[in-house]
Amino acid sequence: MSDTKDMDRQQRINAYWNENNRLIISLLVIWFAVAYIPPLFINQLNQIRIVGFPLGYYFGSQFSLAVFVVLIFYYAYAMNKLDSKYHLKDK
Amino acid sequence: MAANEAIKLRNNRLAQYYGMFTVGLIVISLIMGALELVAGMPQAWIGWTFLMLTMGMYAFIGIMSRTKALDEYYVAGRNVPAIFNGMATGADWMSAASFISMAGTLYALGYDGLAYIMGWTGGYVLLALLFAPYIRKFGQYTIPDFVGTRYGGRWPRLVAAVSAIIVSLTYVTAQVVGVGIIMSRFIGVPYEWGVVIGLSGVLVCSFLGGMKAVTWTQVAQYIILIIAYLIPVTFLSLKLTGFPIPQFSYGVALQNITRLEGELKISSEAPARDGTGRVIQQGYVPAYNEGLSNAPAVTAVGQINSYFGTRFTPPAVQSIPNTTKPAEEIQPDWRGTPWNFLALTFCLMVGTAGLPHILIRFYTVPSVRESRMSVGWALVFIFLLYFTAPAYAAFARWEILQNVVGKEISSLPVWTQNWSKLGLITQRDYRTLEGRDIAKLPAWAAPQVTSGALVITDANGNGKIDVAGATFSESEVDGKKIGTFGELSGTAITKNSTDGILQFGELNIDADTIVLATPEIAGLPYTVAALIAAGGLAAALSTADGLLVVISSAIAHDFYFRIINPKASLNTRIWLGKSMLIVAAVIAALLALPRLALIAQMVAWAFSMAAASFFPVVLLGIFWKRCNGPGAIAGMVGGLSVTIFYMASNYLNPSFNVLGITHLASGIFGLPVNFLLCYIVSKLTAAPSQEVQDLVDHLRNPQLDDDLMTELAGTKGKVAAGAH
Repeated sequence: MSDTKDMDRQQRINAYWNENNRLIISLLVIWFAVAYIPPLFINQLNQIRIVGFPLGYYFGSQFSLAVFVVLIFYYAYAMNKLDSKYHLKDK
Repeated sequence: MAANEAIKLRNNRLAQYYGMFTVGLIVISLIMGALELVAGMPQAWIGWTFLMLTMGMYAFIGIMSRTKALDEYYVAGRNVPAIFNGMATGADWMSAASFISMAGTLYALGYDGLAYIMGWTGGYVLLALLFAPYIRKFGQYTIPDFVGTRYGGRWPRLVAAVSAIIVSLTYVTAQVVGVGIIMSRFIGVPYEWGVVIGLSGVLVCSFLGGMKAVTWTQVAQYIILIIAYLIPVTFLSLKLTGFPIPQFSYGVALQNITRLEGELKISSEAPARDGTGRVIQQGYVPAYNEGLSNAPAVTAVGQINSYFGTRFTPPAVQSIPNTTKPAEEIQPDWRGTPWNFLALTFCLMVGTAGLPHILIRFYTVPSVRESRMSVGWALVFIFLLYFTAPAYAAFARWEILQNVVGKEISSLPVWTQNWSKLGLITQRDYRTLEGRDIAKLPAWAAPQVTSGALVITDANGNGKIDVAGATFSESEVDGKKIGTFGELSGTAITKNSTDGILQFGELNIDADTIVLATPEIAGLPYTVAALIAAGGLAAALSTADGLLVVISSAIAHDFYFRIINPKASLNTRIWLGKSMLIVAAVIAALLALPRLALIAQMVAWAFSMAAASFFPVVLLGIFWKRCNGPGAIAGMVGGLSVTIFYMASNYLNPSFNVLGITHLASGIFGLPVNFLLCYIVSKLTAAPSQEVQDLVDHLRNPQLDDDLMTELAGTKGKVAAGAH
């Protein structure tokens, strides 16, 4: 899909939207995995300690939060690229 | 290019102003600290100085940003740069509860409390990916605007406006309560005066400048609150671990907590249970210890009855499992299962993304591109506080296990004694009752007398409890162990509760105490405590500001302008907006005066309600073109009904539950119902008009100057006009 200039307007809009949706879904999968999978294995994870932090506790209190921040900035970055690819930059 | 230069210049200037403000705040704090330590400045003066300076600053920003332009009044002129909108969103979002009570909640709940930490941050991912860019592209004024335009007609708008008002009004009431408490505790004014002074601070700013003033004040408030939050815990970390980055060093605290809890037999990998399976001691790190109980409902009903003179019958106190019942009737004990934790985390995330006062912040940025960045910045700023809160909790828990629990009541650390006097720390050892008026028992002992577990025999008739020098003895009556201790006797009297040593189970700490007492634990001067008060005030006021704007615009813009009188002039609309701001503030103040426990509980419910009403409707409105008005209404009404039904049932009677999920997470049931009803009803009714479908296309594309967009912008005008 590198050559977007040959597409007509509607095709560009649809392709842009589909790519956006794929991106959203893959980021939401990461979001879900980070937030909801570690709590299921909390007792096993807490057996492991890193500089005093039980791993399960660490996931809940710091790691997941940091991943959330990264996900949002990555989305902003990826969407800016997508906007230029489909010539949909605003202003 | 010239426009770009102007924007750059403006951003630099803003950065300079707020940079100067930050430096000024630090310098003033240092001067106050020096005055206190060297010149012995009285504490009340320090408190007043911080109050006057910060409130004066908010008023100054409010006056500087006064405006009569509609765009500035409702959406800050749509020119707030991403990073500043991020700060404003952070302050808007972090309330009195986040600032003052969250660390205390984490202290009490341990791992289980992390549901709030993850829930209130993870919601921003949903906001960034699913809502913010499209809300910005839609570019109107309110969230009911979106619902009304997308779904057509007045009913969707009306339902949305009413929900926005209900959610925001409960939320703002909780903020006003917070303002009153902080003012009364630190400035020494009565609670009611605290409410009035605080609210006038809110009004000076939002009345004059609407969203524009609110935004720029919130940026300043964010700076105050984050500095105030980080300083005490950094020093505490330095004192306890020798390392000044608490977020990384509290691992040491966790390690010590586990060790001490092991020694005190509080913690084990699985919580300790008695013969019936009831959890008796709960560790800090082990997960999922929260049981179900309707104690909050009992308290709330009792409070309402005593304040309003009503006679609602409070439900019978019930905790699960109810051990007085025969074994086969005992409800399954859900402790140890993750379901409530997961459901609560999910509801908090989804609810966060559906709260109107956060959503409208994304109308205020200049472009779709900036709106995406802005959510990222917002979460960075929120992250700073939320990943520090567990450090507060862990250090406090360590300090308490180390130096308070297991110690003689007469030799507790000074800070414990100070906060005990204020009633924020309760020691349930009967030795603490020595010399107390029998008529004025503390809140923990009074119900024991009512239930007969505690009997007071005033042998010398002096009206006071005399236990000094008494020794504990025990006898058995009808198979029950009855303890005797001086003038006290009954089943509640045991060896442990009369030994004058504070056991972990005898210690009760109010959630607010952890943050408020940290400066004292760390041995910092009173100036730091005053700074904390200023920070808590900033957190409460900034959230209240944002909420009042939502309420006033829902009334002035959605009810009046969009539904009742679409021909209203610009002046009328602004004037009405301003008067509604005052009306909303007065209502919030009146609701806050009784200080009902129910208010704080209702705020927690707001997330489930937002999750079950707004979230699915806004989401489908953007991502599913076929979704229509009847579907949206059916979804909102159905989702809310199911949520409220589960909420009320479980709140009053905890044996009504699915997988041990509490009323706080009831949105987990309403959300799928909303989606399902919305889908079915939309499919059964006609597709939305071509104009609405074009509007959805318009939302999905950030491009503005394209020929397609000009064409759509024309149709969009028609859609908006056709809505009434």
